[in-house]
Amino acid sequence: MNTIYYLVQNMLPVAVPLLLVALGGMFSERSGVINIALEGIMLFGAFFGCLTVYFTQNSGMNAQVILLFGMIAAAVAGIIFSLLLSLAAVNLKADQTITGTALNMLVPAVILLFSKMKYNSDGITTDVNFYIQSIPGLSKIPVLGDMFFKKTYLTVYIGFLLLIIATIIFYKTKFGLRLRACGEHPQAADSVGINVYVMRHAGVGISGFLGGIGGFFYSVGVMDGNVNGHTGVAGFGFLALAVMIFGQWKPIKIMFAALFFAFLRVLAYSVALIPILNQMDINQTYFKMLPYVATMIVLIFTSKKSRAPKAEGIPYDKGRR
Amino acid sequence: MQNNQFSPKLSKVLKSKGLSAFAAALLSIALGLIFGFIVMIIAKPENSWYGFTNMLFGGFGRLGDVFYFATPILMTGLSVGFAFKMGLFNIGASGQYTMGMFFALYAGFMFDLPSGIHLIVCILAGMIGGMLWGFIPGILKAFANVNEVITSIMFNYIGMYLVDMLIQQNATMYVSSKTRTAYLPASAQLPSLGVPDSNVNISIFIAIFIAIVLFIVLNKTTFGYELKATGFNKNASKYAGMNDKRNTILTMLIAGALSGLGGAFAILAPSTIPGSSMTYEPINVIAANGFNGIAVALLGSSNPIGIIFSAIFISHIQRGGTIVSSFFGYKPEIIDIVVAVIIYFSAFAMLMNANVAKMIKKRRLAKAVQSINSNQAAADETPQDKKEA
Repeated sequence: MNTIYYLVQNMLPVAVPLLLVALGGMFSERSGVINIALEGIMLFGAFFGCLTVYFTQNSGMNAQVILLFGMIAAAVAGIIFSLLLSLAAVNLKADQTITGTALNMLVPAVILLFSKMKYNSDGITTDVNFYIQSIPGLSKIPVLGDMFFKKTYLTVYIGFLLLIIATIIFYKTKFGLRLRACGEHPQAADSVGINVYVMRHAGVGISGFLGGIGGFFYSVGVMDGNVNGHTGVAGFGFLALAVMIFGQWKPIKIMFAALFFAFLRVLAYSVALIPILNQMDINQTYFKMLPYVATMIVLIFTSKKSRAPKAEGIPYDKGRR
Repeated sequence: MQNNQFSPKLSKVLKSKGLSAFAAALLSIALGLIFGFIVMIIAKPENSWYGFTNMLFGGFGRLGDVFYFATPILMTGLSVGFAFKMGLFNIGASGQYTMGMFFALYAGFMFDLPSGIHLIVCILAGMIGGMLWGFIPGILKAFANVNEVITSIMFNYIGMYLVDMLIQQNATMYVSSKTRTAYLPASAQLPSLGVPDSNVNISIFIAIFIAIVLFIVLNKTTFGYELKATGFNKNASKYAGMNDKRNTILTMLIAGALSGLGGAFAILAPSTIPGSSMTYEPINVIAANGFNGIAVALLGSSNPIGIIFSAIFISHIQRGGTIVSSFFGYKPEIIDIVVAVIIYFSAFAMLMNANVAKMIKKRRLAKAVQSINSNQAAADETPQDKKEA
């Protein structure tokens, strides 16, 4: 039982960044813009989040308050950075894959340059303990308390809150409906008076918001509050893309996909702590490959009927209506 | 643009298209360099001019190194560019490159062959390694409709972990006290060109030769035509009876082989220390040369000949970057920023150029209309040019 508690406790902080970033990708792609820049957006958000933490860590504020400040900074940074993508992709009708790739290349270089010049290091190192040992009251609930309210991070709760909000916006509001229309048939959307450009800017902007927060949460939950230009977010932005496709561009399915992936990853990194797996004496590297292999196998079985938003990747041109 | 496929003046159109791609590349390079200069001024104003000129021209003093470092990114660039021609985004060049490296290393250490044959076997092994890693995403794309971007990213990670593990487990290849592989036997090394203080070797010529072959394949063969047609319009080419499944697999196979060769060329290079060669360090990091290949392909607008020049250019500016960082106190990341900005602008530079060209053509058209002497040729040309713009 303790092993299960351990796995769940460790899985959630890993799943949340994936979940948020994949949701961001979903908003962007359902509005019609392919967002390969998620990796860059994450790292950019993580960088500004950590920078905020770095400057506020000695102010004597509560660690969780600092986390919220970092989160806000990361979200704003993500939105601003995603503008680079949406301006190029929506207004200038640039190739979205190329733009995204360029932005991904840009961020690590910027972080390394800044950190090396300012702090003579490869990234930002902070010294705040965001870890929550146990939540008073709630952690007393049998089983559930052990799973969800002990040894965790605030990021987990914020992440699931954002999932609920995103799902409601996506399915239950006029805005969500319009956004989805722009990704399927922008000409039709335009013909009923929806401004496709604005909706696509909004879609990419939301992906910047969620991607930035996701990146900062990766820093908090996986990197212990640090960010490094060399390792970056270890391909989580790309993994989030896989999670998004695996989740069929739908919020709830994306959640399950993120949990599945995070579970395999945690399993890979804690083989030594799980007696059954440890006794099998398999090289740990196989476990590290497991999340990637498993995602691919799942994609093989789900991709046949998978249907990407119809108009994604095609710049909208009013003149061609 | 597709409309021009059937026009009698195809060659002329192609020429102007290639020219505009070149102009677009130049424009984005200029913008990227200006951006880099601004960063330099902010970072260290007193050295900025010398830093900038050295970044630009420093590589000329180290031409051997420029060509040496250009070889692997030329190969990965060709790999990405070739797949682009068919509308496939081969972001997995890194994984294929790493697999190529591993296969070449394995053949280099484990096979005991006479010199001459050994090297060729190693190069072919690298090619097969890359092929394998391109083949699987190709098959999955063709038969299971799995997005090749995702599979090839997954394969980057799988390949990296797999290679690092296999190398660490192999006592012949791996020197654990140095945490890297041993030096390859001399029979497996590429012949050096003998430029002092440089690792440059014959593989740069092989790479350029391969680029020219690819150019011919793309432009003069049925396969190349089908490939480009599929890239333009998948459904139309399918309707025209082209086997898109076979072409997808073949394209990924070739793209993988090219990246694999890049890995082989990088690892089989002799190092400046006589008798030794380059080594591999398993540190669980995805090979950067794969991603540099994406930049090279984009800058060269996926044209094999363009890719030759863009690979040399990016390598040149990177050498400039190392000079700038070791003598002028700048950080080498400035170059990465410059390259990223260049790629960012190149994404819509073509469009900017097209707009400028449209304006110029409009003016010319107005002039042509004004002059009563304008003959039929000009009148024939204008509607076509408009279409192109």
